[in-house]
Amino acid sequence: MNSNQLKTLFDKIWEAHVVQRKEDFPDLLYIDKQFIHEVTSPQAFDGLRKRDLPVFRTSQTIGTADHNVPTLNQHLPIKDMLSRFQVETLEKNCNEFGVELYSLGHQKQGIVHVIGPELGFTQPGMTIVCGDSHTSTHGAFGAIAFGIGTSQVEQAMATQCLLQNKPKTMRIEVNGELGKGVLSKDIILYIISQISTSGGTGYFVEYAGSAIRSLSMEARMTICNMSIEMGARGGMIAPDETTFEYMKGRLHVPKGEKWKEAVDYWKSLPTDEGAKYDKEYVFDAADIEPMITYGTNPGMGIGISENIPEKAVGGSVNEMSKALNYMGLQQRQALKGKKIDYVFIGSCTNSRIEDLRLVAEFVKGKRKANDVNVWIVPGSKQVETQAKKEGLDEVFQAAGFELRQPGCSACLGMNEDKIPTGKYCVSTSNRNFEGRQGPGSRTFLVSPLMAAAAAVTGEITDVREML
Amino acid sequence: MSFNNYTSTCVPLPMENVDTDQIIPARFLKATSREGFGDNLFRDWRYLKGETKNEDFVLNNPIYQGEILVAGKNFGCGSSREHAAWALDDYGFKVVISSFFADIFKGNALNNGLLPIQVSDEFLAEIFEQIEANPKTEIKIDLESQIVKIVEKQKVMNFEINTFKKTCLLNGYDDIDYIISQKEAIEAFEKNRAFSYA
Repeated sequence: MNSNQLKTLFDKIWEAHVVQRKEDFPDLLYIDKQFIHEVTSPQAFDGLRKRDLPVFRTSQTIGTADHNVPTLNQHLPIKDMLSRFQVETLEKNCNEFGVELYSLGHQKQGIVHVIGPELGFTQPGMTIVCGDSHTSTHGAFGAIAFGIGTSQVEQAMATQCLLQNKPKTMRIEVNGELGKGVLSKDIILYIISQISTSGGTGYFVEYAGSAIRSLSMEARMTICNMSIEMGARGGMIAPDETTFEYMKGRLHVPKGEKWKEAVDYWKSLPTDEGAKYDKEYVFDAADIEPMITYGTNPGMGIGISENIPEKAVGGSVNEMSKALNYMGLQQRQALKGKKIDYVFIGSCTNSRIEDLRLVAEFVKGKRKANDVNVWIVPGSKQVETQAKKEGLDEVFQAAGFELRQPGCSACLGMNEDKIPTGKYCVSTSNRNFEGRQGPGSRTFLVSPLMAAAAAVTGEITDVREML
Repeated sequence: MSFNNYTSTCVPLPMENVDTDQIIPARFLKATSREGFGDNLFRDWRYLKGETKNEDFVLNNPIYQGEILVAGKNFGCGSSREHAAWALDDYGFKVVISSFFADIFKGNALNNGLLPIQVSDEFLAEIFEQIEANPKTEIKIDLESQIVKIVEKQKVMNFEINTFKKTCLLNGYDDIDYIISQKEAIEAFEKNRAFSYA
């Protein structure tokens, strides 16, 4: 084959969705699935009403309530009036426009990026959008999935299409075996710390290499989820047997003959040998230790045995001093042994059943430190139900970990789950921005295992010493 | 409004990686309309505890006025919330100048008539220096010719913008009008695609 005909996974899917291409004009790109939630959709529905337009393909749009829901007493009316109104508005809109909704109280409700894959809505080769930057999560299945603003939510609902300039492609290869206590969260925190919080801007990333290939689907989702934290519009991993095995039998995946046809098609998607990318990085899994962030963007991360540097990759000294001032930390300081106040295990990054199992296995027979609050917020009702079925709830209870109900919760502090001003939270979420978890809150991003270790000791801990 | 021969003084925000959680914190995203977000623009930088203004923050410094925000590189990173663009617009900004923008923010800004102008690191540094020397520094923008100019110094730089988005901004069009006009092509695509998920 001529090398110009060799295509990447990204190119194959993109080209299969171009409705129209004109010179000096963005591509008109067909969107297979759109997920909507209560925060970024109401203005889009208003837009449709103003233009007197229906949702063009109702079967390709799915809604859930997640960002702004309480994680306690979900059976009661939402106390916060604005939050309640927002969730009720979503219900009213979905009802009026005929969109399937998994609202609060539904057995399959949950964080949009958890329920999409869980219910089999997310499939290889698709284009998927949602008014949420962590839509990149769905790329783990070999889909082009990216976050959009509300104007585009409206466009996609009205036409099932978006005008998009084709991004450049980047390949990030991670080879070798992961060390003890190192999880996929550590891989992605490591990558971001190496290429910076803006190093992926303008690119769509494909993750490859033996270390990526060996990961479970849920671990792959964690990696793709945080692609946006290096500025990349999305991240993806080629579909393989692990992907098909995870998907088989899920509610919305094709069945019978159609499943076989689909798998045949999906097997044609991986990047052709020799296809070119605009940028490539290669990392060695052996260089990655359990990671932790120290600053106020996800690129400000270090291995747990390292000290805080003079400045982050691609950042300035000014930015660093502002970040450390906010965090109450200093350059060259080690983080190990730093006292913490809260532990949050949840978010679209790390709230799936495998995350909860890992945490439960680690804390079994241990107890949280006295002065630490530990919240575990499952990603969906199905995750919550499964955790209880496996008795994980009892393990958590015995350890003093509070198992709550599904939602985005303290990842973005939109509901009442906020970290108080000045307090330190060790968190499995995706962003350590100033005030992200509540005004004045201070976040350390880590893997679920590192979070569990900190919960037990009450300080930042190298989990490997406890394994 | 027209961006041709548009001139304004500026508000400098020489910080890098300003994320959308700073532009508009999540707790203010509970509204279901597009209006009113300007009150909470940069909320946690603008105010100390409660309603006390942070006098050190540039929006509270009366020396700096204008409809152009000049910010450090990688402006608008993080969340896809279009509320960030709405908040800047509602507050009264018409243009944001930086040496680098996060993708989603840039798209959201353009969809709301807020013009993101990307300049070189050097040109950005020059604007900051000039504003520091003279807070009344004016920047002139000519969208048609894609030129940004530091008026006092007569320094100019060309900026890139997608031709389609430029046409939209100049004429007040929206992506959606165009896409709807292509409905036949969309339906034909759905019928003829090699592998369908429908």
